[in-house]
Amino acid sequence: MVETQLLVVGGGPAGLAAAGAAASLGIDVLLADEGLKLGGQLVKQTHKFFGSREHHAGVRGIDIPPLLLANRERVTVLTDTTIIGCYEDGVLTALTGEDKYLKIKAQRAILATGASEKFLSFPGNDLPGVYGAGAVQTLMNQYGVVPGQRVLMVGAGNIGVIVSYQLLQAGIQVAAVVEAAPTIGAYLVHASKLARAGVPILTRHTILEAKGQESVQSAVIAKLDENWQVIPGSEEELAVDVVCLAVGLSPVIDLLGQMGCKTKYVPELGGEVPLRDAGLKTSLGWLYVAGDAAGVEEASAAMVEGRLAGAAAAAELGADAAAAGAIIAQCQASLDSLRRGPVGAKIRAGLSKLEGGTL
Amino acid sequence: MSRISEHPILEFEDKPVVSFTFEGKKLEGRQGDTVASALHANGILVLSHSRQHNRPRGFFCAIGKCSSCLMTVDGRANVRTCTEPLKEGMVVRRQPAIGGELKW
Repeated sequence: MVETQLLVVGGGPAGLAAAGAAASLGIDVLLADEGLKLGGQLVKQTHKFFGSREHHAGVRGIDIPPLLLANRERVTVLTDTTIIGCYEDGVLTALTGEDKYLKIKAQRAILATGASEKFLSFPGNDLPGVYGAGAVQTLMNQYGVVPGQRVLMVGAGNIGVIVSYQLLQAGIQVAAVVEAAPTIGAYLVHASKLARAGVPILTRHTILEAKGQESVQSAVIAKLDENWQVIPGSEEELAVDVVCLAVGLSPVIDLLGQMGCKTKYVPELGGEVPLRDAGLKTSLGWLYVAGDAAGVEEASAAMVEGRLAGAAAAAELGADAAAAGAIIAQCQASLDSLRRGPVGAKIRAGLSKLEGGTL
Repeated sequence: MSRISEHPILEFEDKPVVSFTFEGKKLEGRQGDTVASALHANGILVLSHSRQHNRPRGFFCAIGKCSSCLMTVDGRANVRTCTEPLKEGMVVRRQPAIGGELKW
């Protein structure tokens, strides 16, 4: 049995920030991540971040992970380690590599397990050549492998638009971006870069079918009316060998689900999300949640939530209350500022459904 | 299929070659590849087949979640090839949808 004051599950932006904050308050942290390297999805984010300096504005995502784990000496890192079970007595089970199982007893745990991509139903969606947007990013930006020659991007939120631009940077054609909603969801600065490069962003359009025998050879798109119905005769077949799906994310809350954590379905936050208090503590008391697992937002908010949960858990573990309180207050103000304005409207609407953030 | 040679932000220097076999055929990947990224770079898109309708399945999630890339590697069935680091001399084969050795 491995014993620790604080276990952080997930070494992406939220988990790294949580581990860093708790360690800076003198808490011993065990950080487990299923990947071979820490960083989560940051390791493929080649674009520069927004916000202010405290949100690492102007820094590319790929350069952020080392900045989050400043107090490495208090953090024990387990990579290639998947937490597979969570039990009522506070014991978690983990699998390292192929066949090494271990038990972990943690006084507190922060689940920063991120999100998984949503899927879309259409004929041919199972063909090789249909990828999640994250997979296209991984293939290009981590392994330097070209996903294909010509891409249809489905979804004009930030992920769809940013990955489209990254495809262009890798020398790959983007035939079009289709978006079922009447407006582009992505930040204007990203969408403008794509528009300047001559890539059409077709709102009120959807994919009807991916065609091909062994892999994608073309895709049929069509225009939607105001009731989201296909307008007959508007179908168009595009010669593409890649269909990239960027149609949203769902929080990964399997471990919390195993424990019977109270959750609520909030579409604005990506689906079923755990109820939590202002310090991100769930209904289970010793378990905290942070980042996309707490509700799909973006990496800047995930880092702040991680710091907040790390400080809140540290305070309960006996860290200096004033120091922890200062971090918590700073993080809550920082989250308010990130969620301000029209860009944060959806997140604010989602969070308000969680009864004002109280249990 | 190929590899990215020029990129405005990332550098993909020529990494050492890692040799492996796929269905008995000798192929080359690069150091740092996963089994699936090396196969993709060699133009191999079909990694498995669906159990019921035998439809082709390829690289989909790249993070070991979707089961679309399960293959038999060095005799081990159901390896998630999208997260399995490529090693020199690996023997990679497609497998029946339920895993195990090919019997036909």
